[in-house]
Amino acid sequence: MIASLHPALIFVAGAVLVALSPGRLRAALFVLTPVASFANLVLGDHAALTTVEIFDYELAVFRADRLSLLFGYLFHLAAIIGAVFALHLRERMQHVVALLYVGSGLGIVFAGDLVTLFIFWELAAVTSVFLIWARRTQRATAAGFRYLMVQMVSGLLLLAGVLIHVHQTGSTAFGYIGLGGTASWLIFLAFGIKCAFPLLHNWLTDAYPESTPTGTVFLGAFTTKAAIYALARAYPGTELLVYVGATMAVFPIFYAVIENDLRRVLCYSMINQLGFMVAGIGIGTALAINGAVSHAFNDVIFKALLFMSMGAVLHMTGKINGSDLGGLYKTMPVTTTLCIVGAASISAFPLFSGFVSKSMVMAAALEEGYDWVWLLLLLASAGAFHYVGIKIPFFAFFAHDSGIRVKEPPLNMLVAMFIAAALCIGIGAYPWPLYALLPFPVEYVPFDATHVVAQLQLLFFSALAFAWLKITGLYPPELRSVNIDAEWTYRWFAPRVIRGVWSFGASIDRALRVHALRGVDAVVAVAWRYCGPQAAAARTLPTSAAAIWVAVLLGVTLVIYYLHGGG
Amino acid sequence: MAKQHFLDKPRNVKRVLRTFYVVCAGLLAIDLIFARHVFHAWEELFGFYAIFGWIAGVALVLGAKEMRKLLMRREDYYDR
Repeated sequence: MIASLHPALIFVAGAVLVALSPGRLRAALFVLTPVASFANLVLGDHAALTTVEIFDYELAVFRADRLSLLFGYLFHLAAIIGAVFALHLRERMQHVVALLYVGSGLGIVFAGDLVTLFIFWELAAVTSVFLIWARRTQRATAAGFRYLMVQMVSGLLLLAGVLIHVHQTGSTAFGYIGLGGTASWLIFLAFGIKCAFPLLHNWLTDAYPESTPTGTVFLGAFTTKAAIYALARAYPGTELLVYVGATMAVFPIFYAVIENDLRRVLCYSMINQLGFMVAGIGIGTALAINGAVSHAFNDVIFKALLFMSMGAVLHMTGKINGSDLGGLYKTMPVTTTLCIVGAASISAFPLFSGFVSKSMVMAAALEEGYDWVWLLLLLASAGAFHYVGIKIPFFAFFAHDSGIRVKEPPLNMLVAMFIAAALCIGIGAYPWPLYALLPFPVEYVPFDATHVVAQLQLLFFSALAFAWLKITGLYPPELRSVNIDAEWTYRWFAPRVIRGVWSFGASIDRALRVHALRGVDAVVAVAWRYCGPQAAAARTLPTSAAAIWVAVLLGVTLVIYYLHGGG
Repeated sequence: MAKQHFLDKPRNVKRVLRTFYVVCAGLLAIDLIFARHVFHAWEELFGFYAIFGWIAGVALVLGAKEMRKLLMRREDYYDR
């Protein structure tokens, strides 16, 4: 066995090579980097903890345990799929930043101490923003800046929290933290931003849909799942997370129904799926954590598949709004089928991957007596099928015929989607290899008759509701629109408040200046009147006048002296 | 004339829908003959999951439709 390298190092080296090499070699290196790193991780001989000494600090840059290795494998799979999907690109920059971004994600997952975590946390933000800017539209540029600012806030909160935490505990180790003092809340909030907690979630729905067709596939896989990993590491069993997760699972489904941009629909669906994971981490039992982590694993793959199918549609048609698409199944049957596999997986159809993981979280919620949370998660499950499972394939590939007739996407895109679809069905039909990788031993049996029947009833009758609403015309049409969300506060309200305060300040400033100028004018006028060239004070008088005045003064003095009783 | 596709024919759409209705009815009928394990009192109700799925679907869409009245703005709302 050879000692293994840190995966982040391999990705950085890969990025350098990709940056320097021409044409086909570059494409080959782009796909080979994650493959080589994956082989290094699986076959190499890694110690449980690798430390590096920098100045006086000892950094635990690589910690391998069941939790970090599972996410490590997952991120490699996602990187391979994403790289194959982006293979046709002739853009060096996107390839390089994608590799650096994956490397940063892996750095987060393998970080054994909080300083290393912080460094990769920031690197992930800085590298990923280029995947948004790569779209080269004005909207993408603006969204990228907003994304970067939110990510930087998360980074600063993390830094502040880590500094206080290290000061208080004297240890930089990244392990269980739990909600307690200021430091833990700061770190919790930093994770929460990256994990798209309610009200902190809009950076995701704002920026991801503005990225390139291939960029979104990378973006969707790493940042939020790294945050899930961090929460599972530091805050398992934190009850607040149960309610945060339930909220995340429910509210986005309403937005997803009325959203027109299909990639934005997927972003809302991502928050909905993250909700299941966050709730699972909050419940904190072995079953719940297993459910949360395995759902993260499955979600990365089926969400990648869905983002890829929509990316393929965007790549071929140049359109992504539900109102502009429809009828594409006629000329894109393969993409349609692969998209439906992703849709069935996210909807947790039996034999597709979502089913074997989501149901663990639901079962854990019931076991621990979170009845209402369970009911909310059930609503979120039925809803998820509605707005993603049906809506995405229906509006893109069926619905009314848009008249668009485009071919299937390039072969590499189809191959990437095919790999993801095979994983969705493979894990869904035979989940035991995945179960064997989970942090805790799995006793859960996914395919008992009760689970399967209940899930099928839930899904089919949810679909029946869709059919009924569509046939009766009650289903709301896809409209070109914006739906205001929490981002309203910083994209509409705050700019207007700032502009208002600014213009109010400016008017006061103007009034003050005008008054001050008038005051100065008045003083000048008075001075002019008495001291100007025509004024009395400036007149030149003849010497005789002075003599007369002296005589007068003398006379007056004499009189005063006399009157004062000089006698 | 453009090539006719499977769902271009109303007859086929009807067939698909009819099959779907039959499957739904069949799934509901399973509840009559098969006793699911029950972890919670709510689940004991006949057709609990089917009814819940349907209500959830309708409530979701109608709720979202109402939300539009409050939340929907022009497409260039943030750009102005």
